[in-house]
Amino acid sequence: MTTAARRLPGESLQGEVRAAAGDLDVQKLRRDFPILRQRVHGRTLVYLDNAATSQKPRVVIDAISRYYERDNANIHRGVHFLSEHATEEYEGARKTVQSFLNAADASEIIFVRGATEAINLVAQTYGRTNVHAGDEVLITAMEHHSNIVPWQILCEEKGAKLRVAPMSDSGELLLEDFEKLLGPQTRIVALTHVSNALGTINPVERIIEMAHRWNIPVLVDGAQAVPHLKADVQAQDCDFYVFSGHKLYGPTGIGVLYGKSTLLEAMPPYQGGGDMISSVTFEKTIYNRLPYKFEAGTPHVAGAIGLGAAINYVNGLGMHRIAAYEGQLLSYATEAVSAIGDIRVIGTAKEKAGVLSFLLDSIHPHDIGTILDQEGIAIRTGHHCAQPVMQRFGIAATARASFALYNTREEVDALVKGIEKVREVFA
Amino acid sequence: MPDLRELYQEVILEHSKAPRNYRLLPTANCRAEGYNPLCGDHFTVYVDLEGDSIRDISFQGSGCAISKASASMMTQSVKGKTRAEAETVFHQFHKLVTGQSPANGNSAQLGKLAVFSGVCEFPVRVKCATLAWHTLHAALEGKREPVSTE
Repeated sequence: MTTAARRLPGESLQGEVRAAAGDLDVQKLRRDFPILRQRVHGRTLVYLDNAATSQKPRVVIDAISRYYERDNANIHRGVHFLSEHATEEYEGARKTVQSFLNAADASEIIFVRGATEAINLVAQTYGRTNVHAGDEVLITAMEHHSNIVPWQILCEEKGAKLRVAPMSDSGELLLEDFEKLLGPQTRIVALTHVSNALGTINPVERIIEMAHRWNIPVLVDGAQAVPHLKADVQAQDCDFYVFSGHKLYGPTGIGVLYGKSTLLEAMPPYQGGGDMISSVTFEKTIYNRLPYKFEAGTPHVAGAIGLGAAINYVNGLGMHRIAAYEGQLLSYATEAVSAIGDIRVIGTAKEKAGVLSFLLDSIHPHDIGTILDQEGIAIRTGHHCAQPVMQRFGIAATARASFALYNTREEVDALVKGIEKVREVFA
Repeated sequence: MPDLRELYQEVILEHSKAPRNYRLLPTANCRAEGYNPLCGDHFTVYVDLEGDSIRDISFQGSGCAISKASASMMTQSVKGKTRAEAETVFHQFHKLVTGQSPANGNSAQLGKLAVFSGVCEFPVRVKCATLAWHTLHAALEGKREPVSTE
């Protein structure tokens, strides 16, 4: 059997060709997601918590089952049939990710547990080597905790300073202010591609260009971006790009760190152990080549294969077509929800993806969440692991509906009806 | 299926909109902060303790309807009680909202607080209902660190 990766270029092309031909058949593709068929509290499930995690299509679930039923073996070690086969599948998934991000080489793709681990890896290896007392790390005001805390830990250890680029009331980065914060003292820039709390799409190409004028490397957190838009690391010219599999219709516990090979080569290992070495004596260990230098221990083989299947799934539909459909759905939802009285939308950037955060009168988001849940509607309420974003807007929490390729206008209508119900309860 | 009206009873909604004893308490000699990191609810409870009895009590902060109404009704319930009496009510209240008390079993002791019986059908909201009580407990114990429901 050939690996999924070897089929990818053809599938991808086919996806793009079909994308040009018309819209997604969402009613049909909803049948690919077994979980969506169930009822919650006696109502049809309306799943609008996709920014937290997305649901999994049958092909992903099957790829994981098939691996455990037929292919399970440890990789890069055995001479036997299964080990060789499992290795081929795992490395095939790496090539699938490489094409998905348009990385120059598969060795620039490191499998990790998720975006959080990828950022910690960069902070603890690139960061600890290159950030010193008095240096600065620059992030933005709209980061998820996972792109704040690893840098805080680093800065505290090194006596470096964490600087934060501000954003406007609509949730857009203030690029002039951002540029002024760059300087010879800046060692790395880390920012999100798409904000998980606000939905803002950041102009990462422009930001990377600004940082590169100072020769500052840029890490882009793509966790909220890759499900919604085409990420091309070579076009962006980012130095690191990270994302989690589970927000991209793949399994939990698997994620990706992309790094330019020149940077990865120069970085010390993150964790020591098996697979990340070429030879070990008690006197000296020689580390393995990329990407294995950063993959100590038996990796999440099933997870990588599941992620590969998820990427093939979205490629089959066409990333551009998904983006176009979701863009229309988000506009429809924003208009419909805004039309309800006493709604305040938090995050009104011009360029947005996937997320509609809102407040309703003085009703606490937690109460909104409970009442919508009784209608079978799953949303997220709270600070969305972005407390500084809440502080920026002077609020404690928001209610957040977040969308995926399988959501429909009917579901948005159900959300609107649900919000009306909240108003009734609190009338 | 749990009934929303059981959770959001009129009394609870009314207290959440117009909380009682929602103010600073200049005469307070105990205070504590309570925080629910999950939803960001944050309250400060002020107690004016005279000997062993709660002469006056107030609270401030932000939270959902359940947590705010619970704080409001708690202040009414424990005012004038001794520390031990207040702790007993907390104990009964905790049993009520976690579904561990038989139907109407403690209603005499809990009085108006019995309206929170619907919370036990919504397990994720138990922390909302008990946040103010945990905070009161910390204030009476003289804890200096903010209490958290996590």
